[in-house]
Amino acid sequence: MTGLKPYFGALTLALAMCIALLPTSSAAVQPDEVLGDPVLEERARELSQDLRCLVCRNENIDESNAELARDLRILVRERLVAGDSNSEVIEFVVDRYGEYVLLRPTTTGANWLLWAAGPLMLLLALAMAGGYMRARGRAAAAEGDADLNDEEQARLNKILDQ
Amino acid sequence: MITELGHFALILAFMIAIVQMVVPLIGAQKRWPGWMAVAEPAAQAQFFFTAFAFGALVWAFVTSDFSLRLVTLNSHSAKPMLYKISGTWGNHEGSMLLWVLIVALFGALASVFGNGLPQTLKARVLAVQASIGVAFFAFILFTSNPFLRLSVPPFDGQDLNPLLQDPGLAFHPPFLYLGYVGLSMAFSFAVAALIEGRVDAAWARWVRPWTLAAWIFLTIGIALGSWWAYYELGWGGFWFWDPVENASFMPWLLAAALLHSAIVVEKREALKSWTILLAILAFGFSLIGTFIVRSGLLTSVHAFANDSERGIFILMILAFFTGGALTLFAARAQSMQARGVFGLVSREGALVTNNILLAVGCFVVFFGTLWPIVAEMAFDRKLSVGPPFFNAAFTPFMVLLGAALPIGAMMPWKRGKLRRTLYKLRYAFGLALALAVLAWAMQTGRSGLGPIGLFVGAWVVFGAAVDLWGRTGSLGRMLRLPRADWGKATAHAGLGVTIFAIAGLTAWEQEDIRVAQIGQPFTVGAYSLTLDSVERARGPNYFTTMGTVSVRRSGSDVAVLYPEKRDYPVAKMPTTEAAIDYRLLRDLYVVIGDQQDNGGWTVRTYIKPLANWIWGGCLLMALGGLLSLSDRRFRVAAGAGRGQAGSVKPTGVAAE
Repeated sequence: MTGLKPYFGALTLALAMCIALLPTSSAAVQPDEVLGDPVLEERARELSQDLRCLVCRNENIDESNAELARDLRILVRERLVAGDSNSEVIEFVVDRYGEYVLLRPTTTGANWLLWAAGPLMLLLALAMAGGYMRARGRAAAAEGDADLNDEEQARLNKILDQ
Repeated sequence: MITELGHFALILAFMIAIVQMVVPLIGAQKRWPGWMAVAEPAAQAQFFFTAFAFGALVWAFVTSDFSLRLVTLNSHSAKPMLYKISGTWGNHEGSMLLWVLIVALFGALASVFGNGLPQTLKARVLAVQASIGVAFFAFILFTSNPFLRLSVPPFDGQDLNPLLQDPGLAFHPPFLYLGYVGLSMAFSFAVAALIEGRVDAAWARWVRPWTLAAWIFLTIGIALGSWWAYYELGWGGFWFWDPVENASFMPWLLAAALLHSAIVVEKREALKSWTILLAILAFGFSLIGTFIVRSGLLTSVHAFANDSERGIFILMILAFFTGGALTLFAARAQSMQARGVFGLVSREGALVTNNILLAVGCFVVFFGTLWPIVAEMAFDRKLSVGPPFFNAAFTPFMVLLGAALPIGAMMPWKRGKLRRTLYKLRYAFGLALALAVLAWAMQTGRSGLGPIGLFVGAWVVFGAAVDLWGRTGSLGRMLRLPRADWGKATAHAGLGVTIFAIAGLTAWEQEDIRVAQIGQPFTVGAYSLTLDSVERARGPNYFTTMGTVSVRRSGSDVAVLYPEKRDYPVAKMPTTEAAIDYRLLRDLYVVIGDQQDNGGWTVRTYIKPLANWIWGGCLLMALGGLLSLSDRRFRVAAGAGRGQAGSVKPTGVAAE
């Protein structure tokens, strides 16, 4: 259905699909899901931001309206109430739904390249810029020598001495 | 009839573009004035016929001509006129026609305003611009023809997605496309300069206004899209790092870098080959963006496989233009003689830093956007790269950029002294720091990111003020500064305001989710809210559930809000219409949900501090660009030579 998209169309369409999948639902976290313990709830909200709604496009389960996202939100809270640590909850969800569910990609395997790409590129760019500036500096020195003959240099020195 | 004329005009424009691509190029090579002169009338005729074709399509939408396949799929006779018009570009075929219309528009503008250009350069620029047109005319005519008829027209159309029937979204694509496609002008200038084998200060002065214009449109387009997401999607997010958003953000970053490096070419004749490369890459990323949006590759691999013809066509266009230009660049880059000499600590050095940070930031976004595909194809891993990644990997570069900006902006050309510049900025630094410490002290137990972002934002804003003031020392003389100086300060301050607002919003947003009983007040932050009533009603083409929420603060009324939940029965689609009380320092954002078993209603309330400032900052950036664009030195005949008239800054030079 590429034909239906204006600019934001793709995003909208996915959102619309998410909503349409569940005509009876309303938006995102429901009051009945909220945990009594505010500390646990805070952790649940934090974890939810890093987990993807699998039937939506680029939406986390905290914001999504889909039934599946609701199931996942409840699952996360169940695990937290059962005493899991944050990483245990994530592990539990990934075991069931696969790596695709993580909005914050891991650093395992080739993923280190993803995380290191920015810093590496910065170093490379700095090195290139440094090299360029040094080369320009040398070229400038050479040009400077070529531009002034002895007589001019002597005059310049005289002026500078004054 | 009009449709057929439009179709015919489109084919004619295609033919003219082919002539405009070939004849002036040969003419410029052989120095035949007659052949070069073809470019100008061709560019204008090409625009005329494309505009006619586009007008014909708009006419078909306005008159709801359902014998057109495109109109049937994307319109409805009962739709408001505004959305009938915006429906023209609210679909693939129409938006590509808009795209090529803007390519032709920029070509025609260059033919009109390019009087100061050397004849060969002008002929080549217009020829390159036409070649882009040719590629997209072919794409439209062979894969996405908007003028196809239906043999049996239906009685009515299938309507436009209700979420898209919104003024914010109606005007968002034209702005974005003006920006995207405007960068084609910088590309054409770069390729023409490579063919000429000459880049000098005059070239930079010609290319800069086009880049600036494109960047202004891109800024407004992105801001509009983000604002729409904020009020329409129901929970007040303003940036999602969605591939489609990234597609517009990457060219924006590179265009911003290009604006700055072109200054170095103009003023100091250094960084020439880098500037050419940036011009090529900026438009390259526009094409990548088009590919991402139009091919659907990133939405889902299946959408791409089902309809790969278009995607592959755009991929070929992308490969031809970026690949071709980069090859040309590799062959000709050595011929760019750099002239200017500068030390590491200098305005030039600062602008190099700016370029590095913006380009690396763009690279991070690019890498993150494409990584899921790379991982799936190369490592057989199905994974997601979402907002948490981009926030963590991209933000540091922007913090560095903001931290360096005020210092770099005040650095003298050629050689500066870091200590001297820092000394001038001591009050700005102190003030920003005080503000951050105050914020830190006032917030309790929240992350340090808010104060840091606040500091960077305030530092950039105050730095821009010091820059203006320090140049003159009196208000009267400040007002007489060149518009470019005002533009620079305004745009920088705009960036500061946006950083400030994003930091404030993310750090201090308050949220409340509850089941509200009618008539029972509840407290969110300093406010007391009461759900007074909920009514069901009928809109023109939807049913609505509308709540009435009165907001009070320490006993006095603040606002009455009407959050809505709408149901579009034809499209079978519910939407939330958040009610927002916009204020200078905060937005109060209320969303109503479903009725619960106990009779109460789900109500979601957000207090969003500084929300409006995000888009206010974007507007300031665009305004700064506009001021800079109206500077005298762009208005006087650009061919007047390489003098730096109009831009001599007395104190700036004296600081050496």
